[in-house]
Amino acid sequence: MIAVTTYLLRRLFALVPVMLVVVTIVFLLIHLIPGDPVAVILGPEANAQQIEDARRELGLDRPLHAQLVRFYARLLRGDLGRSYFLDRPVTQALWERAEPTLVLMFSGLFVAVLIGVPSGIAAGAYQGSAWDRLLMMLALLGVCVPGFWLSLNFIYLFSVRLGWLPVAGYASIFQDPVAAARYMLLPAVSLGFSQSALIARIARSCMIEVLRQDYIRTARAKGLAERSVIYLHAFRNALVPVVTVIGITMAILIGGAVVTEIVFNIPGLGRLIISAILRRDYPVVQGVVLITAAAYMLINLLVDVVYAFIDPRIRYV
Amino acid sequence: MSEASAPGWARRLLRNRAVVIGGSVFLLLVLIALFADVLAPYNPTRLYPGERLRPPGARNLLGTDEFGRDIASLVLHGARVSLLVGAVTMVLTSAGGVVIGLIAGYYRRLDLVIMRVMDGLMAFPAILLAIALMAVRGPGVWNVIVSLSVVYLPRTAMLIRSTALSVRELDYVLAAQALGRGGLAIAFRHILPNCIGPLLVQATFIFAYAVLAEAILGFLGVGVPPYVPSWGNVIASGKNVIREAFWVSAFPGLALTLTGLSLNLLGDGLRDTLDPRLRRE
Repeated sequence: MIAVTTYLLRRLFALVPVMLVVVTIVFLLIHLIPGDPVAVILGPEANAQQIEDARRELGLDRPLHAQLVRFYARLLRGDLGRSYFLDRPVTQALWERAEPTLVLMFSGLFVAVLIGVPSGIAAGAYQGSAWDRLLMMLALLGVCVPGFWLSLNFIYLFSVRLGWLPVAGYASIFQDPVAAARYMLLPAVSLGFSQSALIARIARSCMIEVLRQDYIRTARAKGLAERSVIYLHAFRNALVPVVTVIGITMAILIGGAVVTEIVFNIPGLGRLIISAILRRDYPVVQGVVLITAAAYMLINLLVDVVYAFIDPRIRYV
Repeated sequence: MSEASAPGWARRLLRNRAVVIGGSVFLLLVLIALFADVLAPYNPTRLYPGERLRPPGARNLLGTDEFGRDIASLVLHGARVSLLVGAVTMVLTSAGGVVIGLIAGYYRRLDLVIMRVMDGLMAFPAILLAIALMAVRGPGVWNVIVSLSVVYLPRTAMLIRSTALSVRELDYVLAAQALGRGGLAIAFRHILPNCIGPLLVQATFIFAYAVLAEAILGFLGVGVPPYVPSWGNVIASGKNVIREAFWVSAFPGLALTLTGLSLNLLGDGLRDTLDPRLRRE
């Protein structure tokens, strides 16, 4: 148990320099604005006095390193600044928009695993068969079809033509679970489909790898039915690396969710960042980018930890 | 590489079906982009208000959009933006990745700093970092290219670094050092040639990512300006009229899928052919 704790602490500690770089990049974003950021933020009507006031208020009149230190200090207090447009702290705006994005991400992950794991395992178990080739062709297509375009085609088919599901929108699962499911079905499938392709490819190659091992040959040699060799012996071990891919998938889903939200008009972080860009609400842009990067890193950390837990060959050293 | 070995790798490439199919389709797309002016039946930016939302037919092969622009012409010209962004991003990430990767792989002291910065850039979800960079730089083809290059550069840099690290302790590199060759000369003359194969594979996939990412940025309204015919922009305008005109978003999306498919096939095939560990003779 001590080994696990040390391992966790070490991994968390290793995140600190990366997080410092991430925060610095997010901080520097505002300095990439061509010309005077304040003039750009305030728009052409602003007079010199307003620009001067805004510069002081944002701390842009201080030297760059002082600004960076202040940015770190504020972050440590959980202060991401105030939205120029929404008239509330950025953290509050993020909090209000987090639910739809999280629900979308997890539903997408569910779909991706539901499609990806069985098809990859099946393809790998019967390597070279027509079934395998068909599934892998579908997987290649899944990797290449852009998710946002797939979403539009789903909307056209299932909402416009068949009228089975709403075109776009969102309902909270805590208020109306049935409506929430109807709204979430198409976004989750279009988000999950392309990720399922990645999972299927990895699951397939893991399965092929496992089926080559000695203990599988032993299982076959002692006369076990092929079915139990595949499902009892090979399947469980093939799943170990797949867990990593599922974790990576989840990290990629953050980006995909942002785009999917725009297609389906889901009021999550994606809609928040795009509307913030159009209003030049830079603290909100910084906030969304920072929070998603932090989530991305934590998920990756979590994946490594889970992986170490389920694969006894990995030692916490 | 000697003269005699050149046909060897060429023959291996041509024997790989994925390379041939992916490569041919991609070549066709490049030709379409180059000759879009000649091939397009209409001017893609000219508006014909009387012709709006016509379904595919004899006059407009793939129909028209809400402004009466010919979809076929928009798709043909859109190939230009997509392939331009993909190609330049690929070149920039490869060149930058080689320089940064070799420096990090060869000069251990710089390695720590460079790799922390690369880790930091990789810690962002790719599309979100691109969106954020576009947010501050504003719409434009060049800004899209720069943003995507920043986003994808660390992958190439890390690839080159890890290859360089595995090669730098080999005897022939040590021999070159003993002969008094300078660090940079060793890095470029002796280490770089070992990275070419993996680099080519990586570059193909980055091309595919960049084409897709450009379309996503255009679709979100933060990519190239709306008046530029790009696949992402046309798909975005198709979203508004999806109830009455599915063809507006359907055809540019198909073109995008085809491009992705050709590049992925090419990349997979190149990897199978160029990676000696996977080679089955």
